[in-house]
Amino acid sequence: MTTILKASDLGISFGGLKAVSGFNLTLETNDLVGLIGPNGAGKTTVFNLLTGVYQPTEGAIELEGHSIMGKTPHHLVKLGIARTFQNIRLFKEITVLDNVKIAFDHQMKTSLLSSMFRLPGFWKEEKSIETKAIELLKVFNLEKYRYYSAGNLPYGQQRKLEIARALATDPKVLLLDEPAAGMNHTETHELMDTIRFIRDRFNIAILLIEHDMQLVTGICEKITVLDYGKIIAHGLPQEVINNPNVIRVYLGDDD
Amino acid sequence: MNDTKKAYILNTISVILLFILLHLMLTGGMFTRRWQSVVILLCINVILAVSLNLTTGVLGQIALGHAGFMSIGAYTAALITKKYMADFSATDQVPLGIYVIALIIGGLIAAFVGLIVGLPALRLRGDYLAIVTLGFAEIIRVIIEYLDFTGGAQGLRGINKMTNLYVIVAITLVVIFLMFTLGRSRQGRAIISIREDEIAAESSGINTIYYKTLAFVVSAFFAGIAGGIYAHSMGILTAKTFGFMKSVEILIFVVLGGSGSFTGSIVAAILLTVLPEVLREFADYRMLVYSILLVVMMIFKPSGIFGRYEFSLVNTPKDIKRYFAKRTQKKKGAVQDDNNTES
Ligand SMILES: Nc1ncnc2c1ncn2[C@@H]1O[C@H](COP(=O)(O)OP(=O)(O)OP(=O)(O)O)[C@@H](O)[C@H]1O
Ligand SMILES: [Mg+2]
Repeated sequence: MTTILKASDLGISFGGLKAVSGFNLTLETNDLVGLIGPNGAGKTTVFNLLTGVYQPTEGAIELEGHSIMGKTPHHLVKLGIARTFQNIRLFKEITVLDNVKIAFDHQMKTSLLSSMFRLPGFWKEEKSIETKAIELLKVFNLEKYRYYSAGNLPYGQQRKLEIARALATDPKVLLLDEPAAGMNHTETHELMDTIRFIRDRFNIAILLIEHDMQLVTGICEKITVLDYGKIIAHGLPQEVINNPNVIRVYLGDDD
Repeated sequence: MNDTKKAYILNTISVILLFILLHLMLTGGMFTRRWQSVVILLCINVILAVSLNLTTGVLGQIALGHAGFMSIGAYTAALITKKYMADFSATDQVPLGIYVIALIIGGLIAAFVGLIVGLPALRLRGDYLAIVTLGFAEIIRVIIEYLDFTGGAQGLRGINKMTNLYVIVAITLVVIFLMFTLGRSRQGRAIISIREDEIAAESSGINTIYYKTLAFVVSAFFAGIAGGIYAHSMGILTAKTFGFMKSVEILIFVVLGGSGSFTGSIVAAILLTVLPEVLREFADYRMLVYSILLVVMMIFKPSGIFGRYEFSLVNTPKDIKRYFAKRTQKKKGAVQDDNNTES
């Protein structure tokens, strides 16, 4: 097991509000870790810190032993951190296939002139990317929708497409922000199976935000619980659900 | 890939046919001098429209200074050929090679200025580009009027003319080809992704600042090319032709045609160049009519004539067939929810 992502004492304030503070996390290869907590606990903010959308006001983040502080989000994608969004963010008006192809861009080499003049290199790379993109769509059973506009897909398929797009960037760490939000019971269970499957198939670490405690204990091997921006519990699912602090937070919440 | 090959063959054939038609019309004396200059103007406007469409339609950023980049290309190319003719002139005919080189250098300088103007505005999220380009075009105009070597307010005179229709039409077709190929490449996809969702693009590994700047710089380059053609078709340049109204006119081509559709830009630029020539009375009220058209368009079809649709010799016939199939099916009361289009 090697450590891939490590956050130490991470914190950020917005104006006077400390949205996250003293946040610690270690992700190793093949880890499947859950990040849970009530509304407004700071889960999405943690994702934004790890992906370079926000710059932390305290603490440090390391990817494979190197500091990644101050790097832009697209640079972090290149280094191996991919994510999905709580409110799906697809490129709605273009095809499902193109949505995935876009995520391959940073691995592509064709120059502007080669593209514009359709030099042989263009065709070769375009073809290989298309094959790879379709392979990924197959993992999610989306290949039959490849020429649909992404915005026309049913909700559950859009969530899957977003994960496929994130995987296309060839990540080492995948951050999923409430991937099951808005899905029904069967869809959710299917998705959880898929998540386990991609963790094994692509050999990556996954950090998963989920509202639903039962759901997350079902698939995650470790769980971190946030409340008011602070970690109140961390450990195996059994330990976490029996932790008095966690029980208190979740009983006070109407989840 | 099969459809791609078919498209290339069909497009090549139609280009050859277009040139045969052009040749027949020219040799048959069907083109009066006036109509020849209309065709040149039309080519210039098409290049301006498709190039602005890259920034405004494909990238989704409004730019209000396209005429400014056009003027940079125009003055640069004109000064180059003037210098060449003065130093090495044997005839008063600009050699084709020199003309093309002058256009390209004009485009490159426009692109360079585009980089300097665009980068600071495009680093920020939001519509700063509109304001920056608006100011830039006015500044360029004032500078040109102030400087001596540009001919100042009197204008730059004695530019050697280049009005060969074959050459100008060919350049225009090449530009159209390059815009389409750019649109359908990794760079084009990246630029579109920024229009669709800048945050998602960045999170998919797209260097958004780089690609925004790239789109804008390529736009400026082709505006510069259009300027060079313009300079050599008029023989004289004055800075005030490249004012705010010219930029707005180009923007109208794009919006009316459908921002995001190169087909739309081409059709709108052709229509709005030819119409004032056909209806002479209309010419005086051109800008007024444009504005009315724009308002009507915004009410009835805000996405422009073509929306984001692109014409293609391979796919358009299929799309039309599919459209009518759907209509008849609807009449029969069948449910139809499959509305995807293969591009
Ligand atoms: N850009 C910002 N500016 C100001 N406050 C912010 C910003 N981003 C997040 N916050 C605040 O930080 C806190 C944590 O928000 P966050 O979105 O991380 O919660 P969450 O745990 O993801 O909640 P949910 O379950 O509702 O998604 C909230 O109080 C929120 O209002
Ligand atoms: Mg959240």
